[in-house]
Amino acid sequence: MESNILQANPQNWYLVLSTILFSIGVMGVLMRRNALIILMCIELMLNSVNLLLVSFSAYAGNSEGQVFVFFIMVVAAAEVAVGLALLVSIYRNLATTDIDVLSKLKW
Amino acid sequence: MNTLIYTSILGFLCMVLEIFNVRKLIVPVLVLGLAVIFGLNLADWNSNQSFFNNMVRIDNFSVAFSGLAIFVTLLVFILATDYYAADQNHISDYMAILTFILVGALMMFNYANLTMLFLGIETLSIALYVMAGSKRFDIRSNEAGFKYFLMGSFASGFLLFGIALIYGASGSFDLGKIADYTIQNQQNISPLFYTGMFLVVFAMLFKVSAAPFHFWAPDVYHGSPALVTAYMSTLVKIAAFAAFYKLMSTTFFYTFEKVAPMLNVVAIITLAVGNLMALAQTNFKRLLAYSGISHAGYLMLIILTAKNQTAGALFYYSLAYSLSTLAAFAVAIPVFSATKSEDINSFNGLAKKNPMQAAALSMAMIGLAGIPPFAGFLGKYYIFTEALQSDYFYTTLIAIVASMIGVYYYFKVILAMYGQAANEAKVEQSFNYNLVLWICIVLSILFGILPGPILNIF
Repeated sequence: MESNILQANPQNWYLVLSTILFSIGVMGVLMRRNALIILMCIELMLNSVNLLLVSFSAYAGNSEGQVFVFFIMVVAAAEVAVGLALLVSIYRNLATTDIDVLSKLKW
Repeated sequence: MNTLIYTSILGFLCMVLEIFNVRKLIVPVLVLGLAVIFGLNLADWNSNQSFFNNMVRIDNFSVAFSGLAIFVTLLVFILATDYYAADQNHISDYMAILTFILVGALMMFNYANLTMLFLGIETLSIALYVMAGSKRFDIRSNEAGFKYFLMGSFASGFLLFGIALIYGASGSFDLGKIADYTIQNQQNISPLFYTGMFLVVFAMLFKVSAAPFHFWAPDVYHGSPALVTAYMSTLVKIAAFAAFYKLMSTTFFYTFEKVAPMLNVVAIITLAVGNLMALAQTNFKRLLAYSGISHAGYLMLIILTAKNQTAGALFYYSLAYSLSTLAAFAVAIPVFSATKSEDINSFNGLAKKNPMQAAALSMAMIGLAGIPPFAGFLGKYYIFTEALQSDYFYTTLIAIVASMIGVYYYFKVILAMYGQAANEAKVEQSFNYNLVLWICIVLSILFGILPGPILNIF
């Protein structure tokens, strides 16, 4: 396969970058209290995976990884749609998007 | 493959019937359709085909588990007739989403490619997030749905990162090709592969609700509508374990030794947490959630012995567990709606009011505790034998102690029914609930006495 723009950088850089992005997403999910920010952090996790898949795919010279990215995008869209719908119904009942109010169920 | 396609069509049909305003027909059509699909599925036995460039593979493993999943769904749909009787306006939504959960589960049995595994898990999970939050004005249902959504998509992120790393190392998503990679490069498997494998295993442990990844389970089981909890604790658990087993016994077969010590520790923690926490529960759904976690612990022993092809024991145990759990819910749902409470107290004196229901729930509890003649007993027996043959002596010992603790909290429910004064709430008898109840109990006893055909199915 002829070289492409992705191959201008060493492969490990992509690995490091997507690991950093993924970690930012994970830390965001664990530390932030606002449900909308958490949703965005989950998106960040999924998109860092997309970047990783595309770079692996470009270096390995097979297209499977890039096709997988489309599946992830579709699923992420569906996931966000459901997540926002659930958040709206919480907001209607409690008028807040802070996840600390979700503490009715314990032990 | 037919099974998967026809089940999806059935889900869409459900929504089409809504358009033509024939809501009364939806459940009968679904039940009939699933019965037909159950038959079509059996016709695939011994066919061993693969479809779509080996994305989907039909073998006896997937046919058997698909059959079990369709059967469980059928029973849940019969319960749904009465459960949603008061909510006819939304019945097509509920039934369609429940059908799509089955579609996701079928993908998780059939997959031969990590893409299909991911799609199956997501189809199942996204539909389930909606169902968990489907009581829109009940804040606890909202909370259950959103908690499940957050934790579920968090785990999906790890699953995807793991899959991406495995792809980077092996250059393929195909289960067989990844296994080939691990054979051909036995000495120098890339560290990327091991990292990916661990991430995928973590995500699967989350989906099967094994400790220490179990935190979502009690909250979600507690907050969800009772019928959804019944579906979640049977079908979803079976699907997650079957997918996990398939992964461990095919793709990670040659690298299994690397994760085995961690899985062993997880199994021990799961058994301890599940059984000890269940002792303290007063809510029946939470009790069943922790009981589900402890059963996940027993099933982890099968994952540990996956190298010895223990799919028969996995199938038998899943069957026994789901029959008993469904029977318990078939008694509990009418009791919940009569007493407006989901505590174990709401069963007080059920033996005086509804002796048949009380007897059936006792049998379900005895089955879950693993006492003969119910299938639960032999299920545990075969698991322990397999684990001992693979030299997991201490884990088996802990599992045996755990199942003795289990007897205590299952008998708490029986004691409430037989030992306490009756409350005044009148529990309605309904044909559908009784039908499901007795099908489950009779099959549970039948398979407990004649385990052979199920156990040696593969």
